[in-house]
Amino acid sequence: MIDILYLIAAICFILALQGLSSAETSRAGNLFGIFGMAFACLAVYLSIDTSDMWFVISAIAIGGSIGVLIAKKVSMTALPQMVAGFHSLVGLAAVLIAFAACFAPALFHIVGENGIYKSSLIEMGLGASIGAITFTGSFIAFLKLQGTYKGHYIPLIANAVIAVLILGLLASFIYTENVQLFVVLTLLSLVFGATLIIPIGGADMPVVVSMLNSYSGWAASGIGFTLQNDLLIITGALVGASGAILSYIMCKGMNRSLFDVIFTSGVYSSASNKSAEIKPFKQGAAEDAAFILKNASSVIIVPGYGMATSQAQHALKELGDILKKNGTTVRYAIHPVAGRMPGHMNVLLAEANVPYEDVFELDEINRDFATCDVAYVVGANDVTNPAAKNDPTSPIYGMPILEVEKAKTVLFLKRSMGTGYAGVDNELFYEQNTMMLLGDAKKMTEAIIKAM
Amino acid sequence: MECCVFADGLNCLLDFMRTTSSGGIHGITVFILACFVGYYVVWKVTPALHAPLMSVTNAISSVIIIGAIFAAAQTIFSYSRIFGFIAVVLASINIFGGFTVTHRMLRMFQKK
Repeated sequence: MIDILYLIAAICFILALQGLSSAETSRAGNLFGIFGMAFACLAVYLSIDTSDMWFVISAIAIGGSIGVLIAKKVSMTALPQMVAGFHSLVGLAAVLIAFAACFAPALFHIVGENGIYKSSLIEMGLGASIGAITFTGSFIAFLKLQGTYKGHYIPLIANAVIAVLILGLLASFIYTENVQLFVVLTLLSLVFGATLIIPIGGADMPVVVSMLNSYSGWAASGIGFTLQNDLLIITGALVGASGAILSYIMCKGMNRSLFDVIFTSGVYSSASNKSAEIKPFKQGAAEDAAFILKNASSVIIVPGYGMATSQAQHALKELGDILKKNGTTVRYAIHPVAGRMPGHMNVLLAEANVPYEDVFELDEINRDFATCDVAYVVGANDVTNPAAKNDPTSPIYGMPILEVEKAKTVLFLKRSMGTGYAGVDNELFYEQNTMMLLGDAKKMTEAIIKAM
Repeated sequence: MECCVFADGLNCLLDFMRTTSSGGIHGITVFILACFVGYYVVWKVTPALHAPLMSVTNAISSVIIIGAIFAAAQTIFSYSRIFGFIAVVLASINIFGGFTVTHRMLRMFQKK
């Protein structure tokens, strides 16, 4: 009976992911996820005989209300840091469960005549270690996305030493079954999670967030092996695979390998790249932009993180509607790594009610820039930088970009002439067909709407 | 000396095989198959929904709450139970928060 409930839960989780293959089925998918979780909890409830369920229920009530509160309050702009924060909680929970199992092995049926099974020790060690890395790594990622912490340089060799130490400790823990070693192993993994993420540059954040997503899955699987619970193993594998695929897509979007992202921190190596010379550029006012837009027959809007920070999506939608009424075709082009997490821009546009059919991915729309009149770029610097194609010395060389420079006119909304997140200057600013609109993206867009 | 270490390692492995003949190999089978399922299902997810994908996977990875409940539901008071309690709280934050925020996002995608 209990095993059947676990099986149903596992199927529900697979259907939850399956549902996300299209917007129409996605809400049903989320419901499947919730059902799956309910079945899983029911199965546990049936498999333990305790008179003291209140202890557990109060814990769920406390956590549940905090969770709902956070999820209701968070703005869609702050989504990446919320997800990172949540990942860190999964990591910490995994560590705590591994410790709970370590201190009460009989409860989890992982103890034989000669103490805890060797296999369980391996799984416990791995589960705690991956959980600890996920915890501190996600926490640092959270701070970085929140903007409270910028990062430091950490030499690669330091991380390599810690990694070797962790493997050594894991081996000796399994060999000696010494609980103190287990504690040291966990502490060191906590340190490793932090030192791994601290030097990673801001532009690589979408990869980091997806990678930590993957880790939280592997940690769950590790705990599943320890508790010999198939549901945890399956779910962990699903989540792990999902995070791994997202990391791969993000890496491809930046033309970097996962190895590069983790072990060579782009921001610090490129910091010296900033050119000191001031080149002339064309700056426009809202009225100029309105005039150009009025005469355009097709406009492609390119949103980036600048749109998120200034909450410009609603103003953009309004501008789009006015243009459409004017007979202009309006489309949106989204780069895979625009924003700070996979799919970030899509959510913000959806929040503003931008129709699903108007939003296109990089390879769907890139060819159309050559035939469009205006590319309206909203704070998307690095993903439009032609240096990625032309300048082999640029740190972003090789990254697939949205070819906005091919449009007849580029309207570039930007707060200042500063460099983007990757710290690279953008030659696009100084092109003949580019008009810089300096200022807050939302205010500027609203001013353009007024001037229309 | 090296030979001794090697023998120990082999012993360790044999021990692993023995204790896992029922659980471990079975577990690894399940794990690998689930990885394949995950691989195919996730590649089908449309890129527009990658953000909800992250938040929903985040919610379901908190199914480790099962382990936490086991520990927290013990009748005797122990460190293990306290750890379990905290883990239940943390996992619940994730579960409820993750599903709620996913729901919020998906509702936006459905509006016409």
